[in-house]
Amino acid sequence: MTNAVSSKAKTWNDHSSARKTSVPEGLWLRCDGCEQMIYRKQMEANLHCCPECNHHYRIAGAERVKQLADSGSFEAMFTGLSPTDPLKFKDLKGYKERLLAEQIKTGATDAVIAGSCFIKGRSAMLCVLDLSFMMGSMGSVVGEAVTRSIETATERNLPLIIVSGSGGARMQESGLSLMQMAKTSAALARLDDAGGLFISVLTDPTTGGVTASFAMLGDVILAEPKALIGFAGPRVIQQTIRQELPEGFQRSEYLLKGGMVDRVVPRNELRSEIARMIDYSGR
Amino acid sequence: MSSFYQLEFEKPVVEIEKQVAALQERLKRVQGGKVGGGGAAGEQTLETGTGADEESAAPEDAGAIEREIDALRVKRERVLEELYAHLTPWDTVRVARHPKRPQTRDYIEMIFKDFCELHGDRRFGDDPAMVVGFARLGSTKVLVIGHQKGRTTQEKIACHFGCAHPEGYRKAMAKMRLAEKFKLPIVTLVDTPGAYPGLGAEARGQAEAIAVNLRDMSRLKTPIVSVVIGEGGSGGALGIAVADRVAMLANSWYSVISPEGCAAILWKQANEQTNTAAAQNLKLTARDNLELGIIDAVIPEPIGGAHREPKKTAQHIEKWLTDQIMDLKAHTPSTLPRTRYERFRKLGSFAEQVA
Ligand SMILES: [Zn+2]
Repeated sequence: MTNAVSSKAKTWNDHSSARKTSVPEGLWLRCDGCEQMIYRKQMEANLHCCPECNHHYRIAGAERVKQLADSGSFEAMFTGLSPTDPLKFKDLKGYKERLLAEQIKTGATDAVIAGSCFIKGRSAMLCVLDLSFMMGSMGSVVGEAVTRSIETATERNLPLIIVSGSGGARMQESGLSLMQMAKTSAALARLDDAGGLFISVLTDPTTGGVTASFAMLGDVILAEPKALIGFAGPRVIQQTIRQELPEGFQRSEYLLKGGMVDRVVPRNELRSEIARMIDYSGR
Repeated sequence: MSSFYQLEFEKPVVEIEKQVAALQERLKRVQGGKVGGGGAAGEQTLETGTGADEESAAPEDAGAIEREIDALRVKRERVLEELYAHLTPWDTVRVARHPKRPQTRDYIEMIFKDFCELHGDRRFGDDPAMVVGFARLGSTKVLVIGHQKGRTTQEKIACHFGCAHPEGYRKAMAKMRLAEKFKLPIVTLVDTPGAYPGLGAEARGQAEAIAVNLRDMSRLKTPIVSVVIGEGGSGGALGIAVADRVAMLANSWYSVISPEGCAAILWKQANEQTNTAAAQNLKLTARDNLELGIIDAVIPEPIGGAHREPKKTAQHIEKWLTDQIMDLKAHTPSTLPRTRYERFRKLGSFAEQVA
């Protein structure tokens, strides 16, 4: 469920090419999409998309919230939640140490930000998985915050928007991470029964246990361009079938063509698309 | 009683079995004609190992050999019991994957009567890795569902070794809705390394198929009971296990990822040592899952694992299933989604600072 995308192929810290990591904090960077030299500030001001080719760079949870919520409207919830190490998991590094290092690096307690906000004046519940924290992986805290977001949306009759970007379920909490899939999906059944609206936004990458639970259960599913979206990671598939994967496989456009998502929406249109969906739902 | 497929940790048992087989051979020879006297000779040679007894020229006594065989059988039971009482998690995974371990179709035959298989998802095809059908559990009509790994090479390939495709999950869900309509309890048997990771599976929405099962099983107004009978590999397992009651056979495993998958990612390579460590860390055994509250019961297996005594294992499963369904049938079906929700809702471990 948790898959190889999270650790090897691309991680938050080295998601760009080696060329870029050699100038990590420079004013200029070579675009992953078009390979042109672009001015970092300009890219960041453009919602972290390349001004030349519109390549969508991965963004951290806080940046996502800033981009989607009306300025100053976001009120964070469930911020008291923090991860424990229920299994005393230790691979090459202990889970506790890993968590601490991630917390110091990001200033967050875990890979999720949730709260109420306005989106173009429409009241909504917003929950964002934070790729910058352990690849946005879902352990107990993420599962709990997502579930509470769903429950809050149900109780207050608010449209629910969950932005996913995740390597999948978090291995270090093993079975408990797996159970978050059932927990979040079951909460969505109740939201659905109550007639609520859930807009699922898929960003690069959304894989494993997150895809196989709430992320694919949106009433409406929107995907950012060229995002990797799938159940198994490309490497695992390649090892299983022992052949090259087709061009564009598991990318947003491929899923759109295959009938798996409703719309592919560029980042600069996401806010207005979400607002439009809320209006159509009559909320 | 010899095991053809040899688990490394079972070597001491196999040694004893070899000794017993050799003695039985000798007994046949002795009984066949030249009966001799003096009988203690056998013991000495047996202790020193296999085959050596062939060289023993001592006169033999059938009674002594028989006694020796009995003693070895007792010893074998003891050694087996001892071994299985102290399996490492990685060894447990090996037992769970034993080629002789009973599979869904075996249990359907041993536990249920009048199995009426239902095929196809009405969308794409019929996945042989997911077996679904009506059946009778004692006097109760139920819907039974389970992953099938396959026994023959041909069947294994057709079943992708128990890795179901989206059409398998969709078939299961469609028939579960039927069970709800017919007011039939649902029994699911979990035995998969994981949902199939392939081109077609992805193209047809493996993630969506599993997700829908998780959501819709949670709100079915009919009792659901699940047993992990072998491998409980991640979302592919959970995709038919959102149940009111969940149990695991004592030598099965259930986790977010296989030990090899976990080792390859977190330890950067999968080998004997890292697989062992991963299995240990993942807390994937029945006892661990019980402690974490993920399952409600551990169903015991006969000494030496389910593959040694399938019938007895089936009886244990049947007893548990029957008890749970009896109990759940006492509830009003419409209240089950709420209690099922609460069952999963409380799972997880986190700290909370109240502001
Ligand atoms: Zn570019």
